[in-house]
Amino acid sequence: MTSQTTSGAEYATERETTEGRVFTVTGGDWDSITGSIDPLSNEKIVVNMGPQHPSTHGVLRLVLELEGETVTQVRPVVGYLHTGIEKNLEYRNWTQGTTFVTRMDYLAPLFNETGYCLAVEKLLGITDDITERANTIRVLFMELNRISSHLVWIATTGMELGAISMMLYGFREREYILDIFEETTGLRMNHAYIRPGGVAQDVPDSAIRKIRDLLVYLPKKLKEYEAMLSGQVIWQERTQGVAVLDVTGCLSLGITGPVLRSAGLAWDLRKTMPYCGYEDYEFDVPTATTADVWGRYLVRMAEIRESLKLVEQALDKLKPGPVMIADKKIAWPAQLAVGVDGMGNSLEHVAKIMGQSMESLIHHFKLVTEGFRVPAGQVYVGIEHPRGELGVHAVSDGGTHPYRVHYRDPSFVNLQAIPAMAEGALLADVIAGGASLDPVMGGCDR
Amino acid sequence: MSVASTPEGAHLGSPAETPPSPDKGMFGIQGTGDVSGFGGLARPRVTEADTPRPFGGYFDEVYDALEEAYPGFADAIEKVVVDRGELTLHITPQRIAEVCQIMRNDESLRFELCSSVDAVDYLGSDSRRFHISYQLTSMTYRRRVRLEAAVAEGVALPSVTSIYPTADWQEREIYDMFGVVFAGHPNLTRILMPDDWEGHPQRKDYPLGGVPVEYKGAEIPPPDQRRVYQ
Repeated sequence: MTSQTTSGAEYATERETTEGRVFTVTGGDWDSITGSIDPLSNEKIVVNMGPQHPSTHGVLRLVLELEGETVTQVRPVVGYLHTGIEKNLEYRNWTQGTTFVTRMDYLAPLFNETGYCLAVEKLLGITDDITERANTIRVLFMELNRISSHLVWIATTGMELGAISMMLYGFREREYILDIFEETTGLRMNHAYIRPGGVAQDVPDSAIRKIRDLLVYLPKKLKEYEAMLSGQVIWQERTQGVAVLDVTGCLSLGITGPVLRSAGLAWDLRKTMPYCGYEDYEFDVPTATTADVWGRYLVRMAEIRESLKLVEQALDKLKPGPVMIADKKIAWPAQLAVGVDGMGNSLEHVAKIMGQSMESLIHHFKLVTEGFRVPAGQVYVGIEHPRGELGVHAVSDGGTHPYRVHYRDPSFVNLQAIPAMAEGALLADVIAGGASLDPVMGGCDR
Repeated sequence: MSVASTPEGAHLGSPAETPPSPDKGMFGIQGTGDVSGFGGLARPRVTEADTPRPFGGYFDEVYDALEEAYPGFADAIEKVVVDRGELTLHITPQRIAEVCQIMRNDESLRFELCSSVDAVDYLGSDSRRFHISYQLTSMTYRRRVRLEAAVAEGVALPSVTSIYPTADWQEREIYDMFGVVFAGHPNLTRILMPDDWEGHPQRKDYPLGGVPVEYKGAEIPPPDQRRVYQ
């Protein structure tokens, strides 16, 4: 049985259990722990890190077995943020699905939406009917989202490795991109902006101006980040040669995205299996050969620059036109208006369906309450998410609701690499290695 | 002073005074009257037909290469379906690991990456209700193929973790969500739900909601019982 006593310092409590002595550490009191452990008889320590821990990137729990400061075994434990989104999707119509999936990986909502919409469109057989403007807007917003996601990566990784100012800078620049999203979709995150058949509404001119400003502003800031980090000895020591995972390891563990590219394989679905018209853009796939945290840092910084190139090209390609598919049996009203509380129906549209056309009203009612039917079948769509391959497996039984939607989220798959990266290394390298995977637990646990 | 009988003129015959009918709701609706789908509209599944050859694209090459490389091909392939530009090979569940091994190793196939493993529950439309899908990607040839293995409830199928270690967590997720057992998996435990959870939430006969909330004792009724339109 257990008995609780206070040892040494006042906050580290210890109790005896059948499995040995258990300490509860709340921070800053490691001295009292290490002081009370007999180094000769207690060589092995099991440390439970997380799920509430500032360095685990969200509610990730790591059970670490240590010998001294060397990690001998890591067991990642996930599931603390499981919200049953896939189950919920089966109870809503196909269009409502975007509102759910956008909440999975909350740092890359527009990718979740695009993956889902591409799958629905493939099931409907309307992939080629999506208007050019809608596709260009999708590319434009996905690339902006990739930049904002990578900025959060550099910010949080900086913080976890001791560069606190990097966190402030990264979040500051990300805010600029979130402003663009808010201007267009009405929300900073969880947009439900990309819808089956197109996008919910057109990009306003004010947002285009902001994007143009960003293209000038961000490259300067990137140089500042590199000036701050790249030559920094601590940053180099904490990242170079740390958490190495080569191509073989990546492929067998299913790791894709910047981690795979940092090992030297230029596998990017935008190039290898293009979608949304990526084949018409000019950009490079940055790689590194070091396969360590440093390489992942270089790859992500280069990817932000490539994304800026893509954003610029997308802006140039943006020609006036419809943003929603012409087929009115699928197209939700896309002439929405952004109000103070987000996106809503435009007064113009409401006036038409309520005042002028009974058929429009009936059609609107049927489309919105019941939704459209999707022919039975299944598809798998993969897109290049900031963290790797985002796969959407969508199954329809011919009804107005998804029969099953499964997300192959890169965070979930990539987290399996933590033991391979961290076992045999130092405890501090677990933090660097885990951060370099850029896991987002909302996406991992869904 | 007590009222012995209802005063005269108290009955106006207004709709609000009409007691709810047990079998007919507002606007003459019978049953749940639900168009949102919460009532669980049942629909028979269309069985996918066997696609005749030629399949088109690289699908014939993949099929022929697998036939050549795998001696047990005739027994292992149950059905071939080409739909919406995707090839699905329906595999006998007991052979799935062998087929994956060939798909990964054979030089003309080279499916190095197992992108995704997940399950679909076809309750009521297939006696082997759980269909496990393996989305394989060949980086060498830039191809994708889906393998599908159907098992009935309580029937295990071989784990592919020894061929594709990435399937480890995904098979655990399927076990957690559907209760399908993968024989030979190194650590088949729940991954997303708590360890002591009862039931498998993604099954079609597992309701959405209606589960007591941990720690608080609160309960949310299943969607089809949340609102009654009377």
